[in-house]
Amino acid sequence: MMVQWDPRIETMPKADIQRLQYKLLKSLVYRLYSFSPFYHDRMKEQKVHPDDIRELSDVRKLPFMFKRDLRDNYPDKIFTASKEDLIRYHVSSGTTGKPTVVGYTQNDLDNWSTSLARGLTSIGLGRGDVIQVSYGYGLFTGGLGMHYGAERIGATVLPTSVGNTERQIELMQDLGATAIACTPSYLLHIGEVAEKMGINIQKDTQLKTGILGAEPWTEGMRDRIEHWLGIKAFDIYGTSELSGPMFTECAEQKGFHIWSDLALVEIIDPKTEEPLEAGEKGEVTITILQKEALPMIRYRIGDISSIDDSVCTCGRTHPRLQRIQGRVDDMLIIRGINVFPSQIEYALMAIPEVGQHFQIVVERKGALDDLLVRVELNKESFSDKITDLMQIRHKVENRLRSSLNVNVSIDLVEPGSLPRFEGKSKKVIDKRSL
Amino acid sequence: METEQYVIKQISIFSENRPGRLAAIAQALGEEKVNILAFSIAEANGFGVVRALVDHPKKAQAKLQSLGFNSAFTDVIAVKMKDTPGGLFEVAKILGDAGINIEYSYAYSGKGGAVLILRVDQVDDAIKKIQASGATLLERSLFH
Repeated sequence: MMVQWDPRIETMPKADIQRLQYKLLKSLVYRLYSFSPFYHDRMKEQKVHPDDIRELSDVRKLPFMFKRDLRDNYPDKIFTASKEDLIRYHVSSGTTGKPTVVGYTQNDLDNWSTSLARGLTSIGLGRGDVIQVSYGYGLFTGGLGMHYGAERIGATVLPTSVGNTERQIELMQDLGATAIACTPSYLLHIGEVAEKMGINIQKDTQLKTGILGAEPWTEGMRDRIEHWLGIKAFDIYGTSELSGPMFTECAEQKGFHIWSDLALVEIIDPKTEEPLEAGEKGEVTITILQKEALPMIRYRIGDISSIDDSVCTCGRTHPRLQRIQGRVDDMLIIRGINVFPSQIEYALMAIPEVGQHFQIVVERKGALDDLLVRVELNKESFSDKITDLMQIRHKVENRLRSSLNVNVSIDLVEPGSLPRFEGKSKKVIDKRSL
Repeated sequence: METEQYVIKQISIFSENRPGRLAAIAQALGEEKVNILAFSIAEANGFGVVRALVDHPKKAQAKLQSLGFNSAFTDVIAVKMKDTPGGLFEVAKILGDAGINIEYSYAYSGKGGAVLILRVDQVDDAIKKIQASGATLLERSLFH
């Protein structure tokens, strides 16, 4: 079995990787300074010239880019490829503001698919696998991105897109899907619907791999999915600005391999904007080294994570981005303490009495913030005695309080009553800003 | 002594404490032609447990579970009371003297007199003690 898609690149010595990255960065900066009015002006403002880039760490001299730069230049004012060279558009959902448009040349799509081909190969997928792509197809990058990546490795694609869950489960069974790519919350939904249909994913299907992303999730959720459905669950990372879903974990499940010939990743302190060391937690900032239509230099993704730069036990040498811990802008500040929804999820996963779904409600009561977490009581934990139920609630409150360092109240709700989302989950209702 | 004929299956249902939940439960039971013989609600800040004696417990549970309700059966017993002043005292004294601890209880009175429904921790033991002390237990067959 082939274990690496491109062994020469994937196991390249670190010193060679850095030389290659420096070369790519230098030519990118020269190209943009010469041909892109947007980047030219930005670099002038920052008083940096391409000649100032003399080693890889000089990337820090370059200006940052933000999502608002894409919105302000809607739809395609900062594209650097001519219109005839574009072969596709994707458009972000615009849930947090005006939509953003990303264009792709043939080389952009090739690099995207190559990145995914390396990742999918690293988790053991290849010819003979049937990959059910249950990410949305269309303007969203998830569906088509995974589709091209899966075809690149010679797997068979089952392009079910999102929705019509019962039919998805029938097709999964009938066509022997061995892997599914979707959001973790949609896979949980599929598991629940399958149970209602009397289908045991573990025994009645050939599913063995999940490629899950497009929303933050936790190790606790991974354990739950793997045990419940009997599959290996792998995290995948990317945003439309970087192309789409692009980097996966390998079979070792120790972080996303960020292919260094395609991307240069930095972790910075979101407040001071200073670079952080490997292992330190901060904002993920990525430079896409080979993008033609819409290059990204030091793009501030807004995700919180850290980097492990040691060689992976799988033998690959590229840095590994750790599991996303939250969003700079999703971070809730409760009575002055930073709280990430993912922390709540992580704590809840360790409490068997409650379900996988939750909802956070933040209100201001008088001068104080009030944090309420609504969780579903598991069927097996229901007791006829009010005192037992109050004990469960008390236990959940105590666990959350000790992991968040802030007071939490818990609402036990009926199973199945919290909203399920087929795309990105919206788990926080912050009534303070209304 | 046989105690089994006095053990009654109560259905207990988890419910959020918000408008319309009792109506949803009652509608479901009505649609299944399940008759409610007695019921009570216990409440605890945000959620509650609806407890009911019905004529068809299994049918009731199947319907409620299909709607996503969390429910379970609990064994309870029913003691006959006089529907006159002092009726509850008579029964409560018997239980107290016999050392039977009540976890929770509710009552109804109707054509056949008054009835006290009890959830106790040692069901068999309670049945024996109540019978020995002269009070009357209602048989399960009267309910379902």
